Amino acid sequence: MANITDLGVAEIRDGFRAKDFSAREVAGAFNDAVAGAEALNCFIVTTPEKALEAADAADSALAAGTAGPLAGVPLGIKDLFCTKGVQSTAASHILEGFTPTYESTVSGKLLEAGAGMLGKLNMDQFAMGSSNETSYFGNVVSPWRRNDGGNTPMSPGGSSGGTSSAIAAHIVPAATGTDTGGSIRQPAAFTGICGMKPTYGRCSRWGIVAFASSLDQAGPMARSVKDCAILLEAMAGYDPKDSTSLDEPVPSWETALSGDLTGKKIGIPKEYRVDNMPEEIDALWKQGTEWLKDAGAEIVEVSLPHTKYALPAYYIIAPAEASANLARYDGVRYGLRELPDGANLQDMYAATRAAGFGEEVKRRIMIGTYVLSAGFYDAYYTQAQKVRTLIVRDFDNAWAQCDYLLTPTAPSAAFGLGDLSDDPIAMYLNDVFTVPSSLAGLPAIAVPGGLDKQGLPLGLQVIGKALDEQGVFNAGLALEERAGFSARAEKWW
Amino acid sequence: MVSEYRIQGETGEWEVVIGLEVHAQITSKAKLFSGASTEFGSEPNCNVSLVDAAMPGMLPVVNGECIRQAVRTGLALNAQINLWSRFDRKNYFYADLPQGYQISQLYHPIVGEGAIDVPLDEKDPDGEVKTIGIERLHVEQDAGKLMHDQHPTMSYVDLNRSGVALMEIVSRPDMGSPAEAAAYVRKLRSILRYVGSCDGNMEQGSMRADVNVSVRKPGGELGTRTETKNVNSMRFIQQVVETEARRQVDLIEDGGTVVQETRLFDPDKGETRSMRSKEDAHDYRYFPDPDLLPVELTEEFVAEARASLPELPDAKRHRYEQELGLSAYNAAVLTAEAETARWFEALLTESAAAQKASEADVAKPAANWLISELFGALNRLGKNLDESPVSHEHGAELLALVADGTLSGTLAKQVFEIMLETGDAPAEIVEEKGLKQTSDTGAIETVIADILAANADKVEEYRGGKDKLFGFFVGQTMKAMAGKANPQVVNELLRKALDG
Amino acid sequence: MSVDTETVLRIANLARIAMSEEEAERLKPELNNILGWVEQLGEVDTSGVEPLAMVIANHTHMREDMVTDGDKRDEILANAPLAEHGFFAVPKVIE
Repeated sequence: MANITDLGVAEIRDGFRAKDFSAREVAGAFNDAVAGAEALNCFIVTTPEKALEAADAADSALAAGTAGPLAGVPLGIKDLFCTKGVQSTAASHILEGFTPTYESTVSGKLLEAGAGMLGKLNMDQFAMGSSNETSYFGNVVSPWRRNDGGNTPMSPGGSSGGTSSAIAAHIVPAATGTDTGGSIRQPAAFTGICGMKPTYGRCSRWGIVAFASSLDQAGPMARSVKDCAILLEAMAGYDPKDSTSLDEPVPSWETALSGDLTGKKIGIPKEYRVDNMPEEIDALWKQGTEWLKDAGAEIVEVSLPHTKYALPAYYIIAPAEASANLARYDGVRYGLRELPDGANLQDMYAATRAAGFGEEVKRRIMIGTYVLSAGFYDAYYTQAQKVRTLIVRDFDNAWAQCDYLLTPTAPSAAFGLGDLSDDPIAMYLNDVFTVPSSLAGLPAIAVPGGLDKQGLPLGLQVIGKALDEQGVFNAGLALEERAGFSARAEKWW
Repeated sequence: MVSEYRIQGETGEWEVVIGLEVHAQITSKAKLFSGASTEFGSEPNCNVSLVDAAMPGMLPVVNGECIRQAVRTGLALNAQINLWSRFDRKNYFYADLPQGYQISQLYHPIVGEGAIDVPLDEKDPDGEVKTIGIERLHVEQDAGKLMHDQHPTMSYVDLNRSGVALMEIVSRPDMGSPAEAAAYVRKLRSILRYVGSCDGNMEQGSMRADVNVSVRKPGGELGTRTETKNVNSMRFIQQVVETEARRQVDLIEDGGTVVQETRLFDPDKGETRSMRSKEDAHDYRYFPDPDLLPVELTEEFVAEARASLPELPDAKRHRYEQELGLSAYNAAVLTAEAETARWFEALLTESAAAQKASEADVAKPAANWLISELFGALNRLGKNLDESPVSHEHGAELLALVADGTLSGTLAKQVFEIMLETGDAPAEIVEEKGLKQTSDTGAIETVIADILAANADKVEEYRGGKDKLFGFFVGQTMKAMAGKANPQVVNELLRKALDG
Repeated sequence: MSVDTETVLRIANLARIAMSEEEAERLKPELNNILGWVEQLGEVDTSGVEPLAMVIANHTHMREDMVTDGDKRDEILANAPLAEHGFFAVPKVIE
């Protein structure tokens, strides 16, 4: 039998049910893998006892015939999710030591379905970053290295970098991510795995530390499209505690998976051919087009004319929302409190927030505060929201011509840790292909397509219509089946 | 209509311009965005949900009842209901504001322009009425409470009020005197209590006002206004207007300028002072709350809200005058408070039933008794109508006993005093204490015969033309009958005995 | 539009982030760089375009007016840096 830690969600689920192995064996194997991968710094907190506890419950449930759909499957949970009784920090100093008395809806649904928790995954602080270098708890290192024989530590992408690295390193079979402007898809592309951002409102945001409320969505990350479909089924669903949650039934995405795209039209948005894009990415994009044609789809060129304005609009809207969402971290009710001698209340706020937030978080709070401040609101925020309307319209127009859009996931392969940390805008440009669909709330999946010359993974993205997760999964599956991506980072940790 | 009120300064007269932002707590069981209780006076931090404490990842979900009550209130204020409204975040840092922003409505309030008619003299309902414009009504969260006096170096934070639903009702700057400001608040409070959207309890903070005051030379340009926050009684509102207007006039006449600022009223000193702690908070960075969807109402929803409104004070007052024939004053007194009108109407229904008469027939004595007898007594006892020892059932019974001649006016007063003390039913009291008025002609004739015999000289004088002595014989007879004789019967029998 | 050090300090104060003048100096070019970049939005003709109010068509579900929460003071105070007598405690506020 294959090594248990090489199995994905479906395989573990099915093997557990077939009694090929017990849930306890699975949990033990992954706990060991996690413990042996400290060099990757994927976890902020590990919870081997929780994983074992859930495994024992799964084993008993199986015997009793009450095993849930994810029974026996251990998962990683991004540290943006509040987990009851387990420190939840959003990788920040200001929330260090914060132990929620509640469980986020999404992680709660996974546990309810029988899954176990291996630990809380490292990430960019408050999900702000594209390289996992803004965590208070240190950089996450990708298991991937360039094939130049050097040991340059590579970025796993961000903000769900602990998630992507852990999955690529096979120390977790799958995990939760969150995506605000590409935080599931870009790290998935950087590490050769799959990541699905569902339609805005599919997954409840209740209990997830908020970054930008109108954009934040939880989603699954795993090594296959099918595993993503299985997880999303458990994560999604209407939640009356989240006003922006969609009251829609959750389809059985796994059952309806099909890589046959006969009769479907795939749009290729011409504005996504950006300057300075590596030739290999362009080549992979063309290859992806061929794969989808092979799956029966028809290819059409479409135009999304406001694409170039998506990133600047995003970098007004997201920081503006964040500046208010992060105002609650003030040292009064939880988390860090800095109280210099003689400090009054307002001094305490300022000292606490100065000490508790990292540089990128402060930068975004400052931008967000500025664009909302008196005299600037209309020029920045209102204009950005109008542009957002135009971006939504672009997609609506495209849907008149096609069913899905195919694009690269990121404009480059992974870069070395530290390579872009001095240039915020260069870092922001990583999300150039993922941000437009985030602004429009559309479902989108990242699927690995191949390796570049340096031996690093590259990904393709499929964007679908609102609520058409099935179509997105299916197109993703068509790519996956043809790409046959089986490359794996060689273990060095 | 321009107010006559003027501040006398060294340079002449000044007009005062007043606008009010009234914060009224919406009557609801649960908070605006959480399921925690709104109950007053609970242990600290017990009526707090994770949402109210702004724990990470917590999200607001709007309480439909609060929206409904805001719409009903808007309708009662003759205001525009906006079918599309939205919540915004008002950003500032304070220890009573856990989220770091208040969820409020700036750009798209749920209720737009309206107006109410305010009588300028409470005692003279037919006197001058002034129409005060309502600019808007919006829904927002209340903040928590800071306690400053429990520890030498620390303030304590209680979040029980955090997230309680408020309506902010913003008036036009249409008031020109302290009396007008108070009359406006009184009328507004009355309407809210009729509607049932706010209990109007100013002591518990369910209703409080931010008072905007500026001064100007008569007919001149509007001056710079100050905003005095959280004024929580009618008397204080008037005091704030008086002292703040006077302060501004003195300041300007001394060559200074009024600064647009937030001030605080100190009731002990009777003065306002600048609120430094909030001075830097003026850039609130309002933007639409992305955690909430727009509030979209249907015409049906508004129609249902309208249908659910009770008869409002102005309509009721007119009806009392026109259909029940009450005096303008009585009608005004009885309709000023929803509770009074409710009590009166119960009394009326029961009186009409007890006397087998129409409500219009029994309305006047019922109104007179309620206003002069019961209110007088409650005033003496320091009690409210809802604490009245005399129920409306018993009131109706008492009125019926007078109407059917069982009790004279004097006896009725005696019975009423006993009712106040014991809370017993008047019929029982009459029975027990034997206070029933007698119309037994035989008994009265016997008494009269004795009195005439004992006062033969006076009888002589009377018959000789001294008519005034008739009162003396009535008095003697009533006295001998211990006040229980039916005065009408006594009159008749005396005339017969004296005049032959 | 570009920000000067004074504006950076004013924004930092609005955001309640303690900042020295040196830090503000250092942050100034970064912020100006980002602001200059996002200002390209000004090129877009948005006349007659409404700002986006809702990402995905949805309607407000309102909660019923029922007490379903609260009465959990221990939970509320569990993570407090300083709590006394059932209250959160903060440096004394003078109003």
